[in-house]
Amino acid sequence: MCLAVPGKIVAVRDAEEEQIGPRGVVDVQGSRVEASLAMTPDAHLGDWVLVHAGFAITVLDEAEARETFESLNLALGDEPT
Amino acid sequence: MNRDAIQQLVETITTLTAGRGRVQIMEICGTHTVSLFRSGVKSLLPANLRLISGPGCPVCVTSQGYLDAACELADRPDVTICTYGDMVRVPGSSGSLAERRSAGAKVTVVYSPRDALKLARQTPSRKVVFLSVGFETTTPGSAATILEAAAAGVENFFILPGHKLVIPAMRTLLAAGDVPIDGFLCPGHVSVVIGANAWRPIAQEYHKPCVVAGFEPQNMLEGIAHLCRQITENQAYVENVYSTAVHDEGNIVAREMVERVFTPADETWRAMGVIPQSGLMLREEYRRFDARDALGVSFGPDVSPPGCRCGDVIQGRLDPNQCALFGKSCTPLQPVGPCMVSSEGACAAWYKYAK
Ligand code: SF4
Repeated sequence: MCLAVPGKIVAVRDAEEEQIGPRGVVDVQGSRVEASLAMTPDAHLGDWVLVHAGFAITVLDEAEARETFESLNLALGDEPT
Repeated sequence: MNRDAIQQLVETITTLTAGRGRVQIMEICGTHTVSLFRSGVKSLLPANLRLISGPGCPVCVTSQGYLDAACELADRPDVTICTYGDMVRVPGSSGSLAERRSAGAKVTVVYSPRDALKLARQTPSRKVVFLSVGFETTTPGSAATILEAAAAGVENFFILPGHKLVIPAMRTLLAAGDVPIDGFLCPGHVSVVIGANAWRPIAQEYHKPCVVAGFEPQNMLEGIAHLCRQITENQAYVENVYSTAVHDEGNIVAREMVERVFTPADETWRAMGVIPQSGLMLREEYRRFDARDALGVSFGPDVSPPGCRCGDVIQGRLDPNQCALFGKSCTPLQPVGPCMVSSEGACAAWYKYAK
């Protein structure tokens, strides 16, 4: 359940009233998920982040993220954990 | 994935552990348990190196009393339960949430606590209860969601708190001392939040090497190799081979959010009893979101299903296939205990990959 997946921020929306922090649209292996950026105030458009249960939990270095992402694919196949 | 590098790491590990008798490394994280099996890493390791699964699958460590309270809430006609998927099939004292759902109860699987809050706002006539279980990786999201619910004045959203903290559980295992543990493969994504430094007390006070690793095969092997080196050199400190994602201090924003909303509390773990200060409860100003207070439920006793040894499995005392029910009356299709239900449960992983 602690699995988090790396993805690239492809859009950022400002926080609406009552929302905690901005929201990003993150491209995770080609599918787009919405993730709160409340915990990653340094994340910008184009950055790579780790997404867990609807929240970006850290910003990643792009090169390293790509590597993680490629081998995670190999290791995990297409089964979600 | 670099096959040469993998080969080399396996050789290093084999050389380091050769002639040492049994070396036992505990991986505390359920995601590690599954990744180690699925990637085949487990099968590459020398026979005297035993990886044992710890109490790190959130569903497996959730007490029966918690589950029964969730079921009691699901039975109420005005309540909608929102939960991570794995909780749905865990058998409680009187059936599972899945059975209740088939009988008409509203039980919705969500991917994020934000989805539960959204549902609450869309259905103001219903009381929406999010089953907020999980470790340090998951808790900040619950905290952020509570803050948002408070800011928006949502009155029909609640959580049933079942959060767990990893380090107090490790202390309990080490204090019991009946399972020899030579080192810990520390969970990468818990560490993203709490930081690599958080493991220092375990390394220093108990003289146990702690290595933070991610989830891809090469990285897990690197973590294991570093552990074996420390073990052979009789060292015990914290190393971080997952610096792509994990910093020494963790995610400070996330930690502050958790601190704003929650305060440490005693917590019951399945078959491990109450571990002091190993859980989190809502602070006074957010207590109205606690389903126990707001909806009048409480956690009953933690009674394991007859014959189920999940408690021993999650404490490393038993490999799943040593449970008399494993693969007989307990299978992923007809699970007896949570360790066979959860995709990250040690019993489910053994059944799928090692049977
Ligand atoms: S095999 Fe089934 S009954 Fe035995 S410990 Fe695992 S979950 Fe419990």
